[in-house]
Amino acid sequence: MNYLTTHPMRVVALTAIHVEIVGAALIVALLLAVPIGIFAARRARVEPWLLGTLGAIYTIPSLALLAVLVQLLGLGFAPIFVALVVYAQFMLARNVVAAIHGVDRAQVDAARGLGMSQAQILMRVEFPLALPVMIGGVRIAAIAMIAIATLGGYVGGGGLGVLIFNGLTLHQPQMIVAGSIAASVLAVAVDALLRLAERASGERGGAR
Amino acid sequence: MISFRHVTARYPGSSRNAVDDISFDVGAGELVVLLGPSGCGKSTLLRTVNRLVPLESGEVDVDGIGVAELDAVELRRGIGYVIQAIGLFSHMTVAQNVAVVPSLLGWDRTDIDGRVDELLGMVGLDPSLYRERYPSQLSGGEAQRIGVARAIAARPRALLMDEPFGAVDAVVRATLQRELVRIVRELKTTTIFVTHDVDEAFRLADRVVVMRAGRVEQVAQPEGLFDNPATDYVRDIVHAGDDVYRRYYLHARELLRQSSS
Repeated sequence: MNYLTTHPMRVVALTAIHVEIVGAALIVALLLAVPIGIFAARRARVEPWLLGTLGAIYTIPSLALLAVLVQLLGLGFAPIFVALVVYAQFMLARNVVAAIHGVDRAQVDAARGLGMSQAQILMRVEFPLALPVMIGGVRIAAIAMIAIATLGGYVGGGGLGVLIFNGLTLHQPQMIVAGSIAASVLAVAVDALLRLAERASGERGGAR
Repeated sequence: MISFRHVTARYPGSSRNAVDDISFDVGAGELVVLLGPSGCGKSTLLRTVNRLVPLESGEVDVDGIGVAELDAVELRRGIGYVIQAIGLFSHMTVAQNVAVVPSLLGWDRTDIDGRVDELLGMVGLDPSLYRERYPSQLSGGEAQRIGVARAIAARPRALLMDEPFGAVDAVVRATLQRELVRIVRELKTTTIFVTHDVDEAFRLADRVVVMRAGRVEQVAQPEGLFDNPATDYVRDIVHAGDDVYRRYYLHARELLRQSSS
């Protein structure tokens, strides 16, 4: 615990970098996963193939993937950023597919019958109805990413992993504890925040 | 007016025609009921009108224009559509639901607001109480009233109803049927109504189209089905259950009609 009280600003600064890494990776991952998920949900034949591929990538140990990425991209922000985007794909895309499939068929049928175009059905009916489930997926992905992002400390990407890996090298258990606690607190905070968003987005759309 | 000319439709992968060479007309302002057991093709035939089901061959005309010649999305905006599952958009208020088609058509904001109030009144729901409610806050009967209001919001040329009252309880259903007849008569909207319920068909229909296995058995007024069934199948259908009640019902309706004219 000592390190937290002796170097609070250092922990805060590393936490901010951690948030930056995860945030940037999450945004890029979402920009990929939403179209991929919608595409897969529309094509029954593509769906198992696509999700299977993403699932296979997901089973690669994160440290191994990171090692390969360091070979390709060098040290620093890039390998951890790419690793996070790749890992998040499986969780996010699968969730988008599930969210779209979970939309009440009657509402989609009604939307079509009333004369909405394919794009209007997506934007005005499917997307808003799928949103609570999608935010649930973002929440799960974000928490996993906060944990995986600690590996950034090992490849020079910065973040709270720096405390953990430096602590290991320097035999400073308080640094390891400080980094771990900060990462956990961050995960719990993000979880709570996204749960609120999830609830708020689902509030209006009741069952029927 | 809606005309079916040798209409044949088939679901992808099926070897059998869901609808097989069907021809008949629905006159302007007429309410025609498609009656038959589930799987007889009545919903499929209905859905050829707004092109939710594509034609294998034949032609469907709405007011003299073939539906295949129009853009499907444009076509649907001009035809009301009500389904058994109702399908109100659960993330939109009642007012937003009713306003869907007028908004798609680019109506003026104030015109839409006025129209929503008018429609809610028409289906018997107080606008000041219901406008801002969400579908989850409505009973089944109220929800389907909104479903009907949404379907007729932009004054469609035709109204398609696919077992709209199948999911509501019997008492509410009778009220909804009465009100539907009143509204459709008032608006003189050409309407096709699908049901498997003979009593419902008799209560609503100007004419009934009895269907079986993708084909038409008989097209007639309810009295005609009763007095001159074209086939044993039609006879069995109209006499199944309480046919004495049906006889009296038709008789009473005829008396009412004579006394009012």
